[in-house]
Amino acid sequence: MVLSKDLQKSLWITFFVLPGLVIVALFILLPLFLSLFNSLFSWNQLIRGEWVGFGNFRRIFFTSPYRERFFNALRNNGKWFLVTMLVQNILGLVFGYLLSRRIPGHGFFRRTFFIPVLFSIVAVGFLWGLYLKPNGLVNAFLKLVGLEEYSRAWLGEESIATFSIIAVNIWRWVGFPSLVFLAAIDAIPLDCLEAAYLDGARETQVFSRIVLPLIVPALTVITVLTLIGSLNVFEQIYTMTGLDGSPNYSTDTIGTLFYRTAFGSVDSGNPEIGIGSAIGVVIYLLTFLASAGFIAISRRREVEL
Amino acid sequence: MNTDLRYSPSHWGKNLVLLVFHLLMGVYVALIFYPLFNMVVSSLKTTREIFQNPFGFPRTFQWQNYWVVWVEKGFYRYFGNSLWVTAVSMAFVLLFGSMASYGLSRYSFRLSFLLYLLFLSGIMLPLKAAIIPLFILVKSLGLMDRHLSIILIFIAMGLPSTVFILSGFMKTVPKELEYAARIDGCSDLSIYSRIVMPVSVPALALVTIYNAVPIWNDFFFPLVFIQSDRLKTLPVGLSSFFGQYSTNWSLLFSGLSIAILPMLILYLLMSNYFIRGMTAGAVK
Repeated sequence: MVLSKDLQKSLWITFFVLPGLVIVALFILLPLFLSLFNSLFSWNQLIRGEWVGFGNFRRIFFTSPYRERFFNALRNNGKWFLVTMLVQNILGLVFGYLLSRRIPGHGFFRRTFFIPVLFSIVAVGFLWGLYLKPNGLVNAFLKLVGLEEYSRAWLGEESIATFSIIAVNIWRWVGFPSLVFLAAIDAIPLDCLEAAYLDGARETQVFSRIVLPLIVPALTVITVLTLIGSLNVFEQIYTMTGLDGSPNYSTDTIGTLFYRTAFGSVDSGNPEIGIGSAIGVVIYLLTFLASAGFIAISRRREVEL
Repeated sequence: MNTDLRYSPSHWGKNLVLLVFHLLMGVYVALIFYPLFNMVVSSLKTTREIFQNPFGFPRTFQWQNYWVVWVEKGFYRYFGNSLWVTAVSMAFVLLFGSMASYGLSRYSFRLSFLLYLLFLSGIMLPLKAAIIPLFILVKSLGLMDRHLSIILIFIAMGLPSTVFILSGFMKTVPKELEYAARIDGCSDLSIYSRIVMPVSVPALALVTIYNAVPIWNDFFFPLVFIQSDRLKTLPVGLSSFFGQYSTNWSLLFSGLSIAILPMLILYLLMSNYFIRGMTAGAVK
C-alpha cells in the first residue's frame, strides 16, 4: 500500500512528537489544570466534595488561621526576593563585571564561584544548619577572633533566622548570576567598549551607560529566575528550620505552608486538598503575573545593537 | 576583552575600588573552601572533638565513619538509586526531547507553533505547586513508592527546556543535508538518527548537564513519592539520615561529605562543561 505524501508526513510528525507530548500533557498540563479545578471544591481527605467556587481562596485571604499563616509566609517570600535581588544579584553583577575585565586570577575565580551551585540544596542546607547551630562552627569562629558577643542562635531567633537561611542560599547561588552576567558582558562587541574608552569615558560611565543597557535581557532573566526561586523556597527551610518554619513560623514560606496544607497539619492535622490547591493556584498566578510584568518592563528598556 | 581595568595606574581611586572588590572575591573563595574543608576534617573526628576543637585536626582519624555511613547506613544504596533514576530519566528526556524537537523544527505544519507552546508552558511554572493532582495521579496509576513515579515526573520536568534548547539548535541545521540524504533514499527516521542527531551533539551535551544536575539533586518529588528506605535517592536518604542521627555530628559530616564530594570532583574534572550547561537556559 502506498500512502499519500501528506499522510506520510503527518504520521512521521505524530511519531516524533507524540511520546514527549503525552508525558508533558499527563504530568505537567493535566496537573496544572486539575490544580485550578480542585481548588474550586471542598474536599474530605482525598475525596472531592461539593463545588464551593472561590470559597477556598476566600478562606486563605480572609479567615483565621489560614489568613495569618498565608500572609506571614508571603511576607517571608517577599523578604527572600528583596534580599536576594539586593545582595546576591548585585554581588553577581559586580563579580561578573570584574571577571569580564579579566582581573588577575579571573579563571580561578570563575571556576571556584560555580562550585556551590552544583551542590544539592539539601546537602548545603544540612551542612550550614550544623555550622549555624549555637555550638556550631560560626559561633566558634566568632569566639576565636574575639567577637563572642556577636554569637547567637542563628537559626533559633525569630528576628534573624530567615536572613540566616537567605545568606546560606546566597552562598550557594551567587556564582550563577555572576557567570550569567559574565557571559552577557562578554557578548558585547569589543568595538563598542573600545570606542567608549577612546572617547575618554570613565569606568563607571562605561559600566552604567554601555554595559548595563546592553545586558538588560540577562538582568531580566536573573530577576525572573530569582522571583521563581523566591516563591518556591522549600528545601532550604525544610533542612534548616524544619517544615513548620520554626521558630514560631518566623521562617515559614508559601512552599512549606503549601506542603503542610497538602499533606496535613495546618490546624486539624489532616490534609486539606481544597485549601492546598488554592495555595498552589496562587503560587502559579504570582509566578506568572510577576514574571510577565518584569518581562514587559524590560522589553521597553532593551537596546538593540 | 583587551581593554583592561588594570591599565590605568594613574587612577588611584579606581585601583582602590578594584582592590576592595578583589578582596571581597577572595573572602568568598575562602567562604567556599573552608566550610568544605572543615566538613571533611570534621567527618574524621569524634563528635566530642568537633565541639571541643572545631578548627583543629583529629587526633586519631575516624576512617571507619565512611564505612559505617556507606555500608551500614545504606548510602551505597541511596547513591545507586540516584544514579539509576537520573540515568533512566535523562535517557528518555534526551530521546523524547530530541524526537519532539526534530518533529517541531524540521517539519512545517499548522499546529507546530501551538504544540511548541504546549511544551514550553512547563518551562517557567514550577511543577511543585501541582503536587496535589500529581499525588492523586501517581496514586491512581499505582506508582506510589516506585522509582517509575519520579522518573516519569523528571522526564516531564526535563522536556520543556530540552525542546526549547534543542529545537532552536536543530533549526540551524542546513536543509541541504536533509535533501541530499532524501535523494540517497533515507527515511525520516534515519535522517533524524543519522544526520540531525550527530550534528546536535554539542547541544545534547548542554541539555544533559542542564537537566541531570537538578534531577540528581531533586528532593521534593522523591520526598513525596518514595517511602521505602531501600528506594530512596541520595538527598532524601541524607534527610532521613539527619533525622535519625541528629546528635552524632561525626557521622553527619561523613554523610555530607559522601553526598557532596563526588559532585565536587566531577565538577573539577570538567568545570567549563558544567558552567556552560547550567547557564544554558539563561544565556543564549
